[in-house]
Amino acid sequence: MPEHDVLIIGAGLAGQRAALAAAQAGASVGIISKVHPVRSHSVAAAGGINAAINPEDDWRSHAFDTVKGSDYLGDQDAIEVMCSEAPAEVLTLEHMGVTFHRNDRGELDLRAFGGASMKRTAYVADITGQAILHVLYERLLSHGEQITRYEEWFVTRLIQDEEGRCCGVIARDMRDGRLELFAAKAVILACGGAGQVYHPTTNGLIVTGDGIALAYRLGAPLMDMEMVQYHPTTLVENGLLITEGARGEGAILLNGKGERFMERYAPNKLELASRDVVSRAEQTEILEGRGAGPDGSGIYLDITVVGRKRILEALREIVHVGRDFAGVDITKEPILIRPGQHYIMGGVKTDVDGLTPIPGLYAAGEVACVSVHGGNRLGANSLLDTLIFGRRSGEHAARQALEMAMPRPNKHALLEEERALAAILRRDTRGRRLAEIKLELGKTMNEHVAVFRDEEVLQKALATVTRLREEAAVAQIDDRGSVFNQDLVAALELSFMLDCAEAIVLSAIERKESRGAHYRTDFPERDDDNWLKHIMVTRDGDEPKLSYSPVTITQWQPEVRTY
Amino acid sequence: MAQFTLRVRRYDPNSPTGPYWQEQTVELEEHRSVLEGLLQIKALYDGSLAVRCSCRSAICGSCGVRINGEPGLACKTHLNEARAFSEAIGKGGVIEVEPLGNMPVIKDLVVDMDAVHWKKINRVTPWLIGRQPVPQREYIVPREAMLDVTQTMACIQCGACVSDCLAMEADPEFIGPAALAKAYRFVGDPRDDRREERVRELAEDPHGIFECTHCFKCVQACPKEVNPMGQIIRLRRIASADLGIVDQNNGVRHEQAFATLVKEHGLLHEAELLPRSYGGDSWFGKFHPAAGRELLSSLRVIVKAILRGKVNPLRAIIPHRLATADRKAVQRIFDHVDGKKSPHREQRYELNLFVVGEDEPQESQEQTEVTR
Repeated sequence: MPEHDVLIIGAGLAGQRAALAAAQAGASVGIISKVHPVRSHSVAAAGGINAAINPEDDWRSHAFDTVKGSDYLGDQDAIEVMCSEAPAEVLTLEHMGVTFHRNDRGELDLRAFGGASMKRTAYVADITGQAILHVLYERLLSHGEQITRYEEWFVTRLIQDEEGRCCGVIARDMRDGRLELFAAKAVILACGGAGQVYHPTTNGLIVTGDGIALAYRLGAPLMDMEMVQYHPTTLVENGLLITEGARGEGAILLNGKGERFMERYAPNKLELASRDVVSRAEQTEILEGRGAGPDGSGIYLDITVVGRKRILEALREIVHVGRDFAGVDITKEPILIRPGQHYIMGGVKTDVDGLTPIPGLYAAGEVACVSVHGGNRLGANSLLDTLIFGRRSGEHAARQALEMAMPRPNKHALLEEERALAAILRRDTRGRRLAEIKLELGKTMNEHVAVFRDEEVLQKALATVTRLREEAAVAQIDDRGSVFNQDLVAALELSFMLDCAEAIVLSAIERKESRGAHYRTDFPERDDDNWLKHIMVTRDGDEPKLSYSPVTITQWQPEVRTY
Repeated sequence: MAQFTLRVRRYDPNSPTGPYWQEQTVELEEHRSVLEGLLQIKALYDGSLAVRCSCRSAICGSCGVRINGEPGLACKTHLNEARAFSEAIGKGGVIEVEPLGNMPVIKDLVVDMDAVHWKKINRVTPWLIGRQPVPQREYIVPREAMLDVTQTMACIQCGACVSDCLAMEADPEFIGPAALAKAYRFVGDPRDDRREERVRELAEDPHGIFECTHCFKCVQACPKEVNPMGQIIRLRRIASADLGIVDQNNGVRHEQAFATLVKEHGLLHEAELLPRSYGGDSWFGKFHPAAGRELLSSLRVIVKAILRGKVNPLRAIIPHRLATADRKAVQRIFDHVDGKKSPHREQRYELNLFVVGEDEPQESQEQTEVTR
């Protein structure tokens, strides 16, 4: 049985940062990932990472922008931690080797981003996530003796001891189908969001809410799950992302009549208002018949105004995306975009050290909800979130782990899990196909739990999710082998996604006001008197249970939010 | 909607049948990707087909495969283009999809990248060894230097270049294009403290930078314009020009002798080439013992060539000379490429598209000319 002081699930930015921090604190570390670490979806983060690093900037300004961006649902103590520690974290990355772009004096260059009151986004062209992820993996390789990597292992469940402490996991080696029980003094979930619950989404096919569902099944509360971010610029064609960095560099949005409509919705910040505001503005233009494109279902993003030389230097990746995935040369013509699912602000509730209410279980990154993003995340704050809370989880978990003995998880759980997986592999072939169920789920969520919502459509979504759960339980399996059985993985992922969908829809029905990304056409106003609080979903047996948690306010009282 | 026939290489180590081809027709819009075709096969017909994939937008590097024999990303290759290519090479429009080459197959389109690709990456000490003392704030480095290494940082480790590296096919120990491009990411990074030692190790390793044969396969295969061969060439220039390292198979001196002769005479003076490659790049090179030994061992070939009229002994002594004006024109080309007449262009950036900034067809052709 493999044993580690700290066991991390997921090897994107949060997971790798946690691994490095835990190793530096002296712990023995295991890091499990269902894909090779550099394939993790952090790789797709494009625009950059926020930090008040300019001497004229102040982390309090960054914190206020974040609080306002969250529509006052973010917990201000956590936001203060994130923003005050940001400059040091970015410098740590720079020292590790991240190739941040420089200004003419050779210092870190900063670009403008949505919802920010000044330029504070450090970047590597428009491949910032990739650059940081690959550099962290370089550091992981340099710590080979302290950090054991389990690459292409799939975690199927978390294990608790009699007192309820999380003491290990069960994972399957995808290379040979072997199931293994891992013992750990602390487990850190760092396996990302649940974008694949939606179709289309900017998120990769691997982003299936595994960590959120694993924690949910163990009894951990999920918080702010109704807050689902729609990114303002995703390709109409296929939902792929065009970075906010484009607007940061000066690109503008035009409706079908050629109007720069953001002047009406956010007269000061225009295209650089926060994402919920821009997405809602776009969707309103489209719904009111002022959309662009052949069927009026899009909006034009005009990047040509940035200038060809700067585009090729700083937005090179989206030149490729435009050319290869939409057939458009963005240096010469506008590109058709629309709001598309991008990020889940909610997740497993944690404190500022990443600890969940379940002892021994931590969460960091998109899987977690600290909550620093509240109702709406600012662009370039997610990389920061993963790194700050990844590091803090790793450090805290290591400190705790070094003071306790290695737990002995009960082997009975392994036998149980082996039987459960064998049952999936033995399923008869009369059920629906997995991909069909997944597509219906994605389309339902994108239709009913999107930018605009109301009670009626949310109830429809809930009914569909409930039906799909029953169908998924008997869905058809084609592959019965042990080597790289992606069919089995897809079945497990589908059940994770359905758990996440349930929590999202239930929370969205519960919040009877409009705040951040959650806009109820039947309750169009923000209602601080009744709803300035977090909604939590917890599994009680097999039934979901809703409860509330207060929002922490330190120095910024809620105000009317305009951009 | 259009129909496309995919012919996929299948292999399951659990099954007693060996590798085989499986054909399946899919229905998708013309410009959809080969990956979407594969995903449709999984979704509708056969969930047991194994292929790594995630982002669908050429950034995660998972879906490296060979399509109609050419390595690339399934997500970045359009079905209509793949079909047209298949027709052009006489495969009748059927799109063949196979696992990457030079790596063992685990199942279907999934290859063992740890066994080859990542093992090689590990050989180049793939992490920054920061210059001391580490500054309080960021390292202050030239703007261009960071743009420069961004080109190799843009490598997504998909393995397409490894798949078709000819030098690696001949010598599986060759460090290879991806890992050497990764090495340049540190050698080109002014923050690294071991740049010289890194180059020295890569130059002195018999399977290192001097084993690349300049076949351009990796340049063609790379879906991210990392230009691995270009990075290898830059490492070689640093090794030979800056550090004076002589490569074991004499390629650098051969290249220098070749260039000097063309520069002096306007055309290659073949009889001088061999002695200069071994004895040193001047007229006196032929008197060096190493040149003598090489000439002696080549004597049989030389005599044979003279007897068969392939070599004119007179031409060997008196080289062909171009008219002065033409010779001067050739020399101007050399001056231009060496940078003497274009002070704006620093040599170390010459192959980098992120710095040069353009990737128009004619521009990249010019880049290629410089490389040759």
